[in-house]
Amino acid sequence: MLTFTIRRLILSIPTLLFISLVIFLLMELAPGDPMAQVPLTVPPEVKEKMREALGLGQPGYIRYLKWLYQFFVIEPMVFWDYLWGTAHTEGVQRVISWQTRSPVMDIVIQRMPQTLWVVGMAYIVGILIALPIGVYSAYRQYSVFDQAGTFVSMIGFSIPPFFTGPLLIVLFSVQLGWFPSIYDTTHVVTDWASFKVQFLQMIMPVMVLALQTTAQISRYMRASMLENLNQDYVRTARAKGLSEAVVVMVHVLRNSMIPVVTVIALGMPAIFGGAIITENVFKVNGIGQLLLTALFANDIPMVLTLTFIFAILIVLFNLIADILYGVLDPRIRYD
Amino acid sequence: MTDIAQLDPIEALKDKEPSQPPRSQWKDVWDQFRKHKGALFGGGFLIFITLFVILGPLIWQLDPQKLDIRNKDVRPIYTWLWDSDAKVSWARPFGTDNLGRDMLANIIKGGRTSLAVGWAAMVLALFVGTLIGVLSGYFKRLDGILMRFTDLVLSLPLLPLLLVAVTLFRQPLRAAFGPEQGMFVLIVGIIAITSWMQTARIVRGEILALKEREFILAARSIGTTPYKIITRHLLPNIMSPIMVSATLGLATAIITESALSFLGVGFPSDFPTWGKMLADSVPRMTEYPERVMLPGIAISLTVLSVNYLGDGLRDALDPRIRGR
Repeated sequence: MLTFTIRRLILSIPTLLFISLVIFLLMELAPGDPMAQVPLTVPPEVKEKMREALGLGQPGYIRYLKWLYQFFVIEPMVFWDYLWGTAHTEGVQRVISWQTRSPVMDIVIQRMPQTLWVVGMAYIVGILIALPIGVYSAYRQYSVFDQAGTFVSMIGFSIPPFFTGPLLIVLFSVQLGWFPSIYDTTHVVTDWASFKVQFLQMIMPVMVLALQTTAQISRYMRASMLENLNQDYVRTARAKGLSEAVVVMVHVLRNSMIPVVTVIALGMPAIFGGAIITENVFKVNGIGQLLLTALFANDIPMVLTLTFIFAILIVLFNLIADILYGVLDPRIRYD
Repeated sequence: MTDIAQLDPIEALKDKEPSQPPRSQWKDVWDQFRKHKGALFGGGFLIFITLFVILGPLIWQLDPQKLDIRNKDVRPIYTWLWDSDAKVSWARPFGTDNLGRDMLANIIKGGRTSLAVGWAAMVLALFVGTLIGVLSGYFKRLDGILMRFTDLVLSLPLLPLLLVAVTLFRQPLRAAFGPEQGMFVLIVGIIAITSWMQTARIVRGEILALKEREFILAARSIGTTPYKIITRHLLPNIMSPIMVSATLGLATAIITESALSFLGVGFPSDFPTWGKMLADSVPRMTEYPERVMLPGIAISLTVLSVNYLGDGLRDALDPRIRGR
């Protein structure tokens, strides 16, 4: 298992480098001009200087290598400095956003908590709803509950978040007035009353996202349970007189969780990536919204760095899913 | 002993007459498909909505772009049921928007675009996916590199890249093909190149299993060329997984196109699609919720019906489930 992990880790380095090159070339090919917003009264030679100040003077491959160096060497060192209070990176050039002229990673760190709270909470809520639904609808296959569960998960697959979001806003914030329609990220939780406000404003975005997670995970859970319920070991367990609860909740459930856990792990990068559409609907200023604004503003270093962080997370969680699969299921051997 | 002696030996040796006429595979598939109520409904609705957007302009001949400022903000006709003071008109059954454009005509026109993008992107993705899957499954030399490539594309963050590509390549394609066709080409192309991977994997798996079977060996032994083996023997046998992933592809393509339009990177503003109509109506949805509801329901019902169709097809095409 260890050799497998190490081999995969080493293999992921060229993969990531290639992905970063693809993303960089995509940006490079694109005809956007970061100077497009600068007023026409600015003389061309000043414009040229501004362009150079943004680091656009050099040829593409140098900029790519510089960005790689900044991302893989300098940013971790900055983090190191932040952790231990040292000053290795005093005055060193970091990856700078063209919109705000501040380091990209600082902005990412600022935006991360909102995304993690809303999207992460939605993921947890979605899983917590999905697992019992999946287990029960597999146990009572083709029952009314199972049919209803299938229908709800079909709806979760089919109704896009840019429709459920406005729908919930019209229903619950306009007609009923229960929840605020805009997520206030400056809100600080200090006491019970402010916690209640936070709780209320989180309900709608969390529910919109959780519907999708629930739809997906409950389908996997149901299929996996169905596969296990007909196995011989279940009959043996029943034959030796174990109670039905023990058979289903211990024997079958534990075996059925193996593929579901890996599916859950594969969905994790999306949490950090934020939900671009849902964050946009509820005005949560998280990572997804950051990416969208950076895209519209032609802020190439920001888009490049963000997309690459997503790619790292996807590769990492793919690896974690594979390892989890091997750890949980002794029948699977990688070596 | 006596039992056997009593039997008429000739009767026992006679071949059994078939009690029913022979059944073809597609008849079996249809019989199984018919049992799935949701799939029948889904298929029916998909046909209905396709005919609706194709034939709709012939019946409802209002120009979706025509501004009629006198009749702006007309509510849909059903509003009259609970609010008799509402501004409704039988000439505008779905109401009009804030510039007086007819909603029904817009829904038809928008549905045309959304469905056209969905179908085109699905067909393109299916073609690319099947091609790569067949090549890597059949030719061992290509397998390693093609599957490595597929894994690589799978680990790209797709929605961000989709957004990046659309915002960045909008201008040149618009200049090359004109604003509408350029956007159509761009969106279809981008959805297709980000959604072929699942099909490729499924097709490769099926091909790997099939090509070890005896009938392929027989075909090869009489000197059939690889091209003929693929088109005559392999592709017909993997039609069912391809059809299932086609339905999934159609559903994702429609949703992705609407999402792009919703985020404001889709078609130009005077060119309605369902996602765009929804996005444009969100700012005034408290006064006119129907303008969000109508396109939203249209998207959701179409995708729901496609998903149910796929579910039914999967059951019907799987010989292990069929007949149960």
